[in-house]
Amino acid sequence: MPKLTIDGQTIEVPPGSTVLQACEAAGREIPVFCYHPRLNIAGNCRMCLVELEKSPKPIASCAMPAADGMVIHTDTPVVHKARRGVLELLLINHPLDCPICDQGGECDLQDLTLFYGPDHSRFAENKRPVADKDLGPLISTHMTRCIHCTRCIRFLNEVAGVEELGACARGEHMEITTWIEAALTSELQGNIIDLCPVGALNSKPYEYRARTWELKKTESVDVLDALGCNIRVDSRGNEVMRVLPRLNEAINEEWISDKTRFAYDGLRRRRLDVPMVKRDGKLREASWSEALRAAAERLAGTGPERVAAVVGDLADLESMLLLKELMAALGSPHLDCRQDGAKLGIGPRASWLFNPTIAGIEQADVCLLVGCDPRSEAPVLNARLRKRWRQGGFRVGRIGPPRDLTYPVEELGAGPQTLQEVVGGGIAFAQALRDARAPLVVVGSGAVARPDGAAVLALAASLPVQREAWNGFAVLHRAASRVGGLELGILPGPGGRDVAGILHGVEAGEIEVVYLLGADEIEASRLRGAFVIYQGHHGDRGAAAADIVLPGAAYTEKHATYVNTEGRPQRGKLAVFPPGEAKEDWRILRALHDALGLRSDVATLGDVRARIATLAPHLARIDEVTPANWEPLADAGAVDRAPFGYPFDDFYRTDSISRASAVMAECSRLARERRASEATGTHG
Amino acid sequence: MLDRAARSFLLSELVSGMALTLRYFFTPKATISYPNEKSPISPRFKGEHALRRYPNGEERCIACKLCEAVCPAQAITIEAEPREDGSRRTTRYDIDMTKCIYCGLCEEACPVDAIVEGPNLEFATETREELMYDKERLLSNGDRWEAEIAKRLEMDAPYR
Repeated sequence: MPKLTIDGQTIEVPPGSTVLQACEAAGREIPVFCYHPRLNIAGNCRMCLVELEKSPKPIASCAMPAADGMVIHTDTPVVHKARRGVLELLLINHPLDCPICDQGGECDLQDLTLFYGPDHSRFAENKRPVADKDLGPLISTHMTRCIHCTRCIRFLNEVAGVEELGACARGEHMEITTWIEAALTSELQGNIIDLCPVGALNSKPYEYRARTWELKKTESVDVLDALGCNIRVDSRGNEVMRVLPRLNEAINEEWISDKTRFAYDGLRRRRLDVPMVKRDGKLREASWSEALRAAAERLAGTGPERVAAVVGDLADLESMLLLKELMAALGSPHLDCRQDGAKLGIGPRASWLFNPTIAGIEQADVCLLVGCDPRSEAPVLNARLRKRWRQGGFRVGRIGPPRDLTYPVEELGAGPQTLQEVVGGGIAFAQALRDARAPLVVVGSGAVARPDGAAVLALAASLPVQREAWNGFAVLHRAASRVGGLELGILPGPGGRDVAGILHGVEAGEIEVVYLLGADEIEASRLRGAFVIYQGHHGDRGAAAADIVLPGAAYTEKHATYVNTEGRPQRGKLAVFPPGEAKEDWRILRALHDALGLRSDVATLGDVRARIATLAPHLARIDEVTPANWEPLADAGAVDRAPFGYPFDDFYRTDSISRASAVMAECSRLARERRASEATGTHG
Repeated sequence: MLDRAARSFLLSELVSGMALTLRYFFTPKATISYPNEKSPISPRFKGEHALRRYPNGEERCIACKLCEAVCPAQAITIEAEPREDGSRRTTRYDIDMTKCIYCGLCEEACPVDAIVEGPNLEFATETREELMYDKERLLSNGDRWEAEIAKRLEMDAPYR
């Protein structure tokens, strides 16, 4: 452990630390532009210069390894002069257009110039012109503002794994560019906006629409995939202006996917903002009391065995619980939260969780992906897998159709029979899995959402991935509500039907009333024979089939709890109010209880949460993962030979919010065009 | 005793008072015949707001919202988005003149001298609604007063 003296304070740091990290450990703040703790060290901005005794000139602290006996000074005239000089040089070619720059107010260059920089410019010559680059529909560029820290290049190369940005030429002529002009393809590209210390890379949808100081910042949780990435929702008035990541080492570090970041414009479009009741074959506006009365009459007037409910992918824990209680009070067993038909929720709790936890991926040494495309199902998780691969000694095998994951993958086969071979030990990868210290099996939601899903799950669970204090069996969900639903038991009761059964029942005329809680991923056209009550926030597939629409709140518009794929409950907060007459979902279900004349002793959201805490105490421990005990699964029969499919081809349009988003539609169009040109070989 | 009696008999206080009156009778009057006459105002006078344009007709305001941020009375409301040519412009620039306290901080904050408080103080209205100024009104103010505003800025420039 090297021992250094920093400004007279002796400090010991772990081996391999840099001088900058040592200074930070000693409580000294060193200004930086190019240095980023999650990226490789570049050492090109020179902002972090500090004085090292017996060194002829100041050293770049971010790139200098801490060594025993170093004496560092961070607050001397030499250091101050160096910082002032570096800032003066950086500002020579910086346009100083802060008033029109979206970074204004949250800009590192602004802040550091204020603290350490010169108060005036001595540069009277012309500044350097640089042409702006077209990086696609998400990122706007103002390349004259670029200070060449290369964070964006390093992020795309290292974390996102697409080598699409680079620096051309040197010195005064250096430019960050895409070489061949084309939109970036990474699904994590939005993060370079946050990484850019100046206003060179900005969010295009947010461009010029608000200033940082007028935004209300609400810490919340994302629901557009099952990771529960921590986000900050910035709103102005009653409008979400942008979504930014929030640091959470256990889940998303500080990255979020483009869907999480940019789909918020879908929150303004195609919203259901007033209750509607179908009259004369057409949905017409109604008051809340009319709509609730109509729904209650229909629910009460139908035999309980002819009523069914389906929970959608974006539902929160509180409304799911109230729906379950409603169905129980009506006496109907036909309730399901697995819209995709996944055969999960039958076995023990550990059979549907991402047991090793997301942060645990970094301990794994061998990984088997079973019918799982983490890059489209959970891009941030894919970045974590890539991070583990970059650390070396990580073998990844896949059973399922090939798709580029940005790191090398051993293709083992396409279908369940390959999984049988791995279980049987027939192929080399099986041996690697057995020998591994911390093996990881990631079962995708696509692999279990098939008729033989239970058998596939049992087969995958029989893989030798249990070690002492390590459970390597992981299910990667893709819906934010799914784990919460499974934990609450939003599943068919005795004699109850699952989603496929409900659809069959509707077609056979055995189910008359279907209650959809934001369920948009089922084949709504098959519901035509039933009376459909849709509670949700977007006029999407579910609402199209509805006879009564009860407008609910989207995830930015309610206080709600979500459980991520690890089984970690997290709270989202209300950032803006629901539009029009829409209400928080738990309130709608509570009002429906009243309309049906059912007794319900919940009056507040706190009551609902208290009920959840008594039913499932682990769901009340917010932000904590309660590990599940491992039990082997019962054998569930034979598997089919059909290859695994992935749940979606189009990462950008997977739920009612992203389908309503114009930005996501544009991204999706570009991705389709790119795939088409790659398929014909006419690209590049 | 004698002095006091003499003063009261000769009405000297009355005379000196009348003399003062007579003196002011011939000095120039401070009151003016407003609105036919107007008193001179300083180039720093803070009157009615105006949004200025560049000589080529392009509006100066770039929607930086610094005036909105600095306004102590929160009288300014701005909304912005990119114009077709990609430049940053306001879609809405409202000043509630009934809230405004005429402190001039908006003028100080403006990096492009777009919002100014001009020399005009005669903008009384019959209804309250007429005092909710929008962008169109402010720009037309700017067009109307540009010559005077430019001259005032030039006169004040050495002291800035």
